Amino acid sequence: MAVIDQGHRPSAPQPPAGDGPFLSLRGVSKSFGAVQALSEVDLDLPAGQVTALMGDNGAGKSTLVKVISGIFGPDQGKMRWGGSEVQLRSPKEATRLGIATVYQDLALCDNLDIVQNMFLGREAVRRRLLDEGSMESQARTTLADLSVTTVRSIRQPVASLSGGQRQAVAVARAVMGKAKLVMLDEPTAALGVSQTAMVLDLISRLASSGIAVLVISHNLNDVLKVADRVAILYLGRMAAAGPISEFDTQKIVQFITSGTAADRVHPRPGAAGGGTQGAQEL
Amino acid sequence: MTTSPPQLAPQDTGRVTGTGAAHTSLKSFLGDWAKRARSGESGVLPVVAGLVLIVIVFQVQSPVFLSAGNLTNLLVQGAVFVLLGMAEVFVLLLGEIDLSIGYLAGIGAVVTGALLAYPYQAPWWVAIAAGLVVTSALGALQGTLITRLGLPSFVVTLSGLLGFEGLMILMIDNSGSASGGTIRITDNVVNDLVNGNLSPLAGWLALAAVLVVYGAVNLLASRRRRASGLVAVPPSVAIAKVAVTAAAGVVLVWICNTNRGALVPLRGVPWVVPIVLGVFVAWTALLGRTRFGRYIYAIGGNAEAARRAGVNLTRVRTLAFTLSGLTSGAAGVIYASRLGSISVNIDGGTLVLYAVAAAVIGGTSLFGGRGKVLHAVLGGLVIAAIYNGMGLLGMGAAVQYMVTALVLLAAVTVDAVARRNRRAA
Repeated sequence: MAVIDQGHRPSAPQPPAGDGPFLSLRGVSKSFGAVQALSEVDLDLPAGQVTALMGDNGAGKSTLVKVISGIFGPDQGKMRWGGSEVQLRSPKEATRLGIATVYQDLALCDNLDIVQNMFLGREAVRRRLLDEGSMESQARTTLADLSVTTVRSIRQPVASLSGGQRQAVAVARAVMGKAKLVMLDEPTAALGVSQTAMVLDLISRLASSGIAVLVISHNLNDVLKVADRVAILYLGRMAAAGPISEFDTQKIVQFITSGTAADRVHPRPGAAGGGTQGAQEL
Repeated sequence: MTTSPPQLAPQDTGRVTGTGAAHTSLKSFLGDWAKRARSGESGVLPVVAGLVLIVIVFQVQSPVFLSAGNLTNLLVQGAVFVLLGMAEVFVLLLGEIDLSIGYLAGIGAVVTGALLAYPYQAPWWVAIAAGLVVTSALGALQGTLITRLGLPSFVVTLSGLLGFEGLMILMIDNSGSASGGTIRITDNVVNDLVNGNLSPLAGWLALAAVLVVYGAVNLLASRRRRASGLVAVPPSVAIAKVAVTAAAGVVLVWICNTNRGALVPLRGVPWVVPIVLGVFVAWTALLGRTRFGRYIYAIGGNAEAARRAGVNLTRVRTLAFTLSGLTSGAAGVIYASRLGSISVNIDGGTLVLYAVAAAVIGGTSLFGGRGKVLHAVLGGLVIAAIYNGMGLLGMGAAVQYMVTALVLLAAVTVDAVARRNRRAA
């Protein structure tokens, strides 16, 4: 593994005080039979910032993402979206609110081209026929907004794209529906060095366009490079959460592996901003 | 999941301007084509080349092969293979298979024939519509079993292959108008679908109309796309495409308009040619220009992705099997029209293999997601050429079956190898 690059990009401006985080969860619990997958989880996802969700296998990361994307209803707890309380009963409702999820398998059709993939399920039609022209120009605009300018033709099948480009198409597909929160599941897991850099770059640009971004990652390197905030789950509990400046590599590893970082932690109450209670373990 | 090694990455990190720059030059278009060809997206040139090769071989062996009479006969024979191939394309695109369409065609023919005959004596359009409705309904039934119960299409349509043959025999036996297991088609309109011809003048006029529309649509669309900065083929390629189509159309009409009668003059384009062309255009538009068509490709490519995108898989799949039934019903009507009768001897098992062969030889993938209606037309012509040529050479059914089997195997091998290249790419 290469030397860890501690110098992450300059933090995006903090959201104005009082504006509050875009999505906030309070006391969210979810159990499957006897298994308590999430217990009393608090999480804030401010607009314009990248939040890294970390934790060991089975810590509850996927369950949390599925709760936010409306696939699982939480057993208890509250969810506030842009200041008002919401209840997500289905993935459709989450999509309607502007919550988009890019899964690890990307869910692209290899045989379709970039435009067709970006519009799959919401094709533009005119007189019952597909309106290829408007779809192509919209797709082009979205990709240009994300500075994805490396593909040879947006009419090439995604099968011919590199891993990083496929990830970019999946992200573009997610944000095209006017997404306000984008969650990415292990976006760099299958990528080489330079493609990882490209995807991380893309994530930063997403956030600086005012979108709240949640990245699930095991890769500390990547997290330190792009994240503004870190949230660490341990056995279904939120072990720690706060701005990345409060964490270093060793501390993150300790939280991930043991749920606490007793010896080196100096709590800074309130430092997490936005009225978060997530840093209760600090 | 494809991962490229980092050393290949400059193209990924370098910021090349012009997202999806249109194919502006012929050179870049040809370069793209060569790239696609290696991953099995070469389009129709290989099968056209194969067709030319087959024609040369048979012409050398039997000078009659390229005579106007035989070529027209070949078109007429090919119509059934082409229509059945189109029926199969719908399900092959989903990554499924329909083994029942041979006998579905038989049922369509029997329903039509029985309604035309005593005691019903229905008008021709009622009889044909009824035949198509019945085969569509049977296709929908199979589609429902496959989607709602999650049964494999292979098994469901294999039962269809057996069950529909039984149903067809039962209907012929009980039709009241059958003698010796055969229903004769007495209606002139239905018989003329294949055996009637357009007048030579009408043939030329129809061709002119088709070419004007095709050329205008193609060239104008390509120019408009280029003008609004969308990806478009280079003008030279667009013009070449229209020119080749026009040349093929002229040759076709010219051959059909040559006198092929032995005693009395017989000339003109058989009605079945515009009928097949109409079905081809309709299904091409459906697959290429509508949401339904897009979803068929999406499901064949990645059903889970389509589901997550909100596509109703059950509905699309069931509809595809229904359209497959509808198209095979049309094939059955054409089959009966050519023979002037429909009998229990129709070999639906061989017909379905020819149908799958036609689609796959034309370039449609057995693994789903890749294929076009045009493939069924070209593949159907290849099958018809082999069938017709070997008949001319006096080869028996035994050799014909084996040669067709080899051609099918070759086509599937090409498909599988191309698929592996795509994965490795």
